[in-house]
Amino acid sequence: MSTSYLVKNVSVLGGEPTDLLLRDGVVAEVGAGLEADDAEVVDATGLVALPGLVDLHTHLREPGREDAETVESGTQAAALGGFTAVHAMANTEPVADTAGVVEQVWRLGREAGHCDVYPVGAVTVGLQGERLAELGAMADSAARVRVFSDDGKCVSDAVLMRRALEYVKAFDGVVAQHAQEPRLTEGAQMNEGELSGRLGLTGWPAVAEEAVIARDCLLAEHVGSRLHVCHVSTAGSVQIVREAKARGVDVTAEACPHHLILTDELAATYDPIYKVNPPLRTRADVEALRAGLADGTIDVVATDHAPHPHEDKDCEWAAAAFGMLGLETALSIVQETMVDAGLLDWAGVAERMSYAPARIGRVADHGQPLEVGAPANVVLYDPSVRRTVDPAQSASLSRNTPYRGMELPGRVVATFLRGRPTVLAGALV
Amino acid sequence: MAPVPAQPEAPPGATPEPGRVVLDARDIARALTRISHEILERNKGAGDLVLLGIPSRGVPLAERIAERIASVEGYDVPTGSLDVTMYRDDLRLKPARALLHTEIPEEGIDGSTVVLVDDVLFSGRTIRAALDALNDLGRPRAVRLAVLVDRGHRELPIRADFVGKNLPTSLVERVKVTLAGIDDVDAVTIHGEPGTPGAPAGERP
Amino acid sequence: MKRHLLSAADLSRDDAELVLQTAAELRSLADRPIKKLPALRGRTVVNLFFEDSTRTRISFEAAAKRLSADVINFSAKGSSLSKGESLKDTALTLEAMGADAVVVRHGASGAPHRLAHSGWVRSSVVNAGDGTHEHPTQALLDAFTLSRHLGRGKAGSLDGRRVAIVGDVLHSRVARSNALLLATLGAEVTLVAPPTLLPVGVDSWPVETSYDLDAVIPKADAVMMLRVQRERMNGGFFPTPREYSRRYGLDGRRMATLQDHTIVMHPGPMVRGMEISADVADSDRSVIVEQVTNGVAVRMAVLYLLLGGAQPGGEE
Repeated sequence: MSTSYLVKNVSVLGGEPTDLLLRDGVVAEVGAGLEADDAEVVDATGLVALPGLVDLHTHLREPGREDAETVESGTQAAALGGFTAVHAMANTEPVADTAGVVEQVWRLGREAGHCDVYPVGAVTVGLQGERLAELGAMADSAARVRVFSDDGKCVSDAVLMRRALEYVKAFDGVVAQHAQEPRLTEGAQMNEGELSGRLGLTGWPAVAEEAVIARDCLLAEHVGSRLHVCHVSTAGSVQIVREAKARGVDVTAEACPHHLILTDELAATYDPIYKVNPPLRTRADVEALRAGLADGTIDVVATDHAPHPHEDKDCEWAAAAFGMLGLETALSIVQETMVDAGLLDWAGVAERMSYAPARIGRVADHGQPLEVGAPANVVLYDPSVRRTVDPAQSASLSRNTPYRGMELPGRVVATFLRGRPTVLAGALV
Repeated sequence: MAPVPAQPEAPPGATPEPGRVVLDARDIARALTRISHEILERNKGAGDLVLLGIPSRGVPLAERIAERIASVEGYDVPTGSLDVTMYRDDLRLKPARALLHTEIPEEGIDGSTVVLVDDVLFSGRTIRAALDALNDLGRPRAVRLAVLVDRGHRELPIRADFVGKNLPTSLVERVKVTLAGIDDVDAVTIHGEPGTPGAPAGERP
Repeated sequence: MKRHLLSAADLSRDDAELVLQTAAELRSLADRPIKKLPALRGRTVVNLFFEDSTRTRISFEAAAKRLSADVINFSAKGSSLSKGESLKDTALTLEAMGADAVVVRHGASGAPHRLAHSGWVRSSVVNAGDGTHEHPTQALLDAFTLSRHLGRGKAGSLDGRRVAIVGDVLHSRVARSNALLLATLGAEVTLVAPPTLLPVGVDSWPVETSYDLDAVIPKADAVMMLRVQRERMNGGFFPTPREYSRRYGLDGRRMATLQDHTIVMHPGPMVRGMEISADVADSDRSVIVEQVTNGVAVRMAVLYLLLGGAQPGGEE
């Protein structure tokens, strides 16, 4: 007994107001003046409709750190942020490096029902960077894993990286690299620069990221594989990816919302709420990331939503965990930094936050234009309001948002997953 | 934070605000000469005397008394300064104050007759603090007090042994001592007398 | 003064001169029969040392006691600190004890800053050395020592004086604080180190830098040698201790190139034979022992100015 929804006067990708009829899990009709007696009407005047967002980079923490986040709470946060699909990173306890663990995460996502959960498989056993995990078994499992990453750690061994890039070709997988040269970042705490020197915090040089990205682009080119670069954070990285793409390398890249808006200056507070991996960079890097996202060098905005319990952030900087929440604020940050700045239109947002991540993750049911017959994965977004971020209102079990008290534009009004609302009137259904 | 002066007087070099002159330079000179003689008389000479001025304006007063004693007795009385800031009972009532200079003559104060010298005697609290400070420095045979002006309103059982001028005042008035060397001229003025415009609230030293 | 002393950058020139002038008055206390002042009677100062540093702790302890404060020492060894009790829980304990000031030494850069600004405690926080960040009271005592030997006019002014700070600047909290404070007081500071031991971005500091010790020291009015920590020797920052010593150590031959009035300083503890030779450390130019004496006076001045008045410090 599925209810139909008639979304009235909505601006699809920012276009002229029209109506959408969502029925039987698909977009049944599109056009002005639609009527359907059996459908529940959603007045979407002033709202923008986007295809359901797809996150390539989410930490749901389950299994292992259910005190920080669960699949249930993390996918609730995702739905509230307008996401209909998330890729759950492999650095859980135990690590998602076997078919058993990825199937467990996949099943938990299905049971929660707030958005689709696509587990990411670890590249190496236990994220140890020593030998390949059973990538094929994960690909063949019920979870149908296509994205593999040791995220949190870099696959720094060049031979291992080459083998992984080659091996996943068998099932059209992709290796998503966390680019961080480990020796150059021993004990690193924040972006290396004038500020790290002054604050006495061990620097994290841009070259530690760029050197790995450059190497991996060359490796991917050499073996003819596709490569995805996680959380690009420096101007140099953007340039390397841009040049590799120009040469025809099959490389894609993502940027995180926080790297589009926050800078390393925040480390001067020594408040570890701003401690993240890769670290917040300079204003020039932020500008380069925005430009790269605008011109398509960077394909995707991915949240790197990384929940941590209070005690892991309520301490001195060096002792704190890396990471920040992102799912519920991502679209607002993109509006603020890209749309309102005139760098990206709503069609561009759909490309960067839905089509492209679905394409990279080989997720068939997501990331499709809102046309008749497409899966009814839709987010209705009100770009005209402003809100102040209150961590206490987050659906996440954690509170480590760096945007506490910040005023951000926009609000997700409704999210539909295959025609079923997961969020209505800004609240979970 | 600017250092807060330990004394309520105007900072050095400030233009004196108009007020009624109670003692002019010649009055002050005469008073100091008389005090010097009284000290010698009471002490039966200059032997074992130590003069300690309480900064800031007690210090030049002590030096002037020492000069007068030297010209009479031909003997240089050991003279120094004693900052009482850390011994004040109102230390916690204001932001931390800059310390003023303490300089105890090399001979020390044990067994000597210390004459404390200050410009104005008012509540007596500064002298109480000075007695505590002396206590940490040694054991004088006797401690005397010389002041240029005694304006009354004592809050402690303290009295001066040598007084330049007794000056009955009301609590709302302010007595200001200026001394050449720190200020432009030698003068004692009284400010904010009842009936004059802009009478300031009484301030305790 | 601000309510806390976390960085030498917290001190304006007026603030720094006030501390040094106050220290100058307090230093004479060492020559008096009763080495005690009543200014901090009833105040509680906690020495919270997450890292071992007997010298600094004793210096702060003596300073607080000479001002009649109650002193509680809380150090890592033999306490819950070594068992993983968090900085926050420790801070809450101290708050419950009624600490008016917390003197904190911590291995993590910014830990005192966190203590001061996280809302865990209401007391004044004094940074007694944090990670590779700062050690502002060490810089104050160095400035005090410098101004006693090289000062022009009032205490604290180092206008135009040339100070060379030599050694592992990268990991040195002493160098960071000194670079900031001495520049504030008008000195011309030159940091001398191999390129691997100078921090990234040092060109934006208010100092000169050089890789050549021999070129710098003949013009210096003071030479401050930094300790080279053992763990750095194998860290690949320089090839061998011997090569380091040859290029950046202060020995008798180099000392002979100094001007007559030039003094030699070291924040201690020294590695004799490494960054400084024994004959230099023990020479007439060395003010290393005096630095210790001055440390107590400077720390008294800091504690007095933070705690002596109405509020602990009192926000500007």
